[in-house]
Amino acid sequence: MTSSAQTLGTVLAVESGGGDGFQAPGLGEFYPETVAEFSLLGVDFAITRITIILWIATALMLAFVIAASRKPQIVPGKLQFVGESGYSLVRDGIARDVVGPKGIPFAPFLAALFFFILFNNFMAIVPFAQISPMSKFAFPLVLAGICWVLYIYIGIREQGAGKYFKDILFLPGVPKPMYILVTPIEILQNFVVRPFTLAVRLFANMFAGHMLLVVFSLGAVYLFQVGNYSVVFGPISALMAIVMTFFELLVIFLQAYVFTVLMGTYLNGSIEAEH
Amino acid sequence: MSILAAESENPLLPPVGEIIIGLIAFAIVLLVFFKFVAPRFEQVFRARREAIEGGIERAEAMQAEAKAALEQYRAQLAEARTEAAQIRDQARAEGQQILEELRTQAQEESARIVARGEEQLAASRQQVLNELRTHIGTLAVDLAGRVVGESLDDEARRRGTVDRFLDQLEGMADGRAGATVPEGSR
Repeated sequence: MTSSAQTLGTVLAVESGGGDGFQAPGLGEFYPETVAEFSLLGVDFAITRITIILWIATALMLAFVIAASRKPQIVPGKLQFVGESGYSLVRDGIARDVVGPKGIPFAPFLAALFFFILFNNFMAIVPFAQISPMSKFAFPLVLAGICWVLYIYIGIREQGAGKYFKDILFLPGVPKPMYILVTPIEILQNFVVRPFTLAVRLFANMFAGHMLLVVFSLGAVYLFQVGNYSVVFGPISALMAIVMTFFELLVIFLQAYVFTVLMGTYLNGSIEAEH
Repeated sequence: MSILAAESENPLLPPVGEIIIGLIAFAIVLLVFFKFVAPRFEQVFRARREAIEGGIERAEAMQAEAKAALEQYRAQLAEARTEAAQIRDQARAEGQQILEELRTQAQEESARIVARGEEQLAASRQQVLNELRTHIGTLAVDLAGRVVGESLDDEARRRGTVDRFLDQLEGMADGRAGATVPEGSR
């Protein structure tokens, strides 16, 4: 039983229990029952339906990209065209245009990032899954962590450790007294704020999106259940849930793109000395 | 109740297990993209670019080839024309030469014929002359003998002798000219 279904149960129980009004869905949404649990090398692994959704989304995505690129033709078929368009969007739109002339080697990484986030986000509106693994902070955090390590490593590799860190500590073209102000900001910006915002932006969008959908869906059910004049507002809540689903579709794509573009700009900053 | 237990959790503090699961998932995705998807797409992009550029290059090569062929054809045509003209000139020259040769040959021939004729003429004249000389000699001796043998008494006799001699001469001439006329018959 999913946690949303559990909440639904509580909502439905309101009537019979003569209860205490609408129980809004809470954080429990994101902590469904564990399906399997095991401990490996002192680390506890709790396999929940969100973990399974992550694997399904990832497997579907890999199946799609492999099928699209399995036998590439000069004149692409439908599947290859779709896969190629997605890959070109990242390769030309981000790796080449945002990262810069040296950016093409990063195209596979950025494309992996984009497709991984896109497919996992998409699970937010797939019936029966209806939750994005990206609304679990662990997964955006992993991606942001990898990005953080990568853009610092690339910065050191391309500019040399000395110059890279010196440029961050003492931003060129800033009057000397201003360093008192600028240097702490830059350090915070480059080493803390960037990865944290990268992770939180994606996480919070998917988290909030899911909460919105659940609240409106359960609200509609509750309003129909409660009776009285509330029945009038039930359809409005249901309509909102549908509208928010389409809005969620936009967010799904946008967040995947934004995450990749931001990583592109960070890589650009690491490769090119100019800030 | 699990929900109540969950409520106490901080959503920004993820469990380590989930992080590891996320890492593994993304590592697999990265592997597939680097080893499989990206190389194939890059390859097809390259192939497509080459196909477009190669098409233009091929068209240019073809045009150049066609141009070269046309040039060659024209050159060959001109060559053939000059050759034909040469052959014609040569033929004309040869004809002229043959004509010339024939003419000189004919002239030589006619000259030879004329020369031979003259030679023959001269030879037969010499023969006649020789014959005449011998005949005139014998005749003169004969005549002189007769003149001396017969006394020249009178005119009549003389005349008779001369007449006879002339007759004889005539008869000789006749006998020589026409074999059909027997000697002494008149």
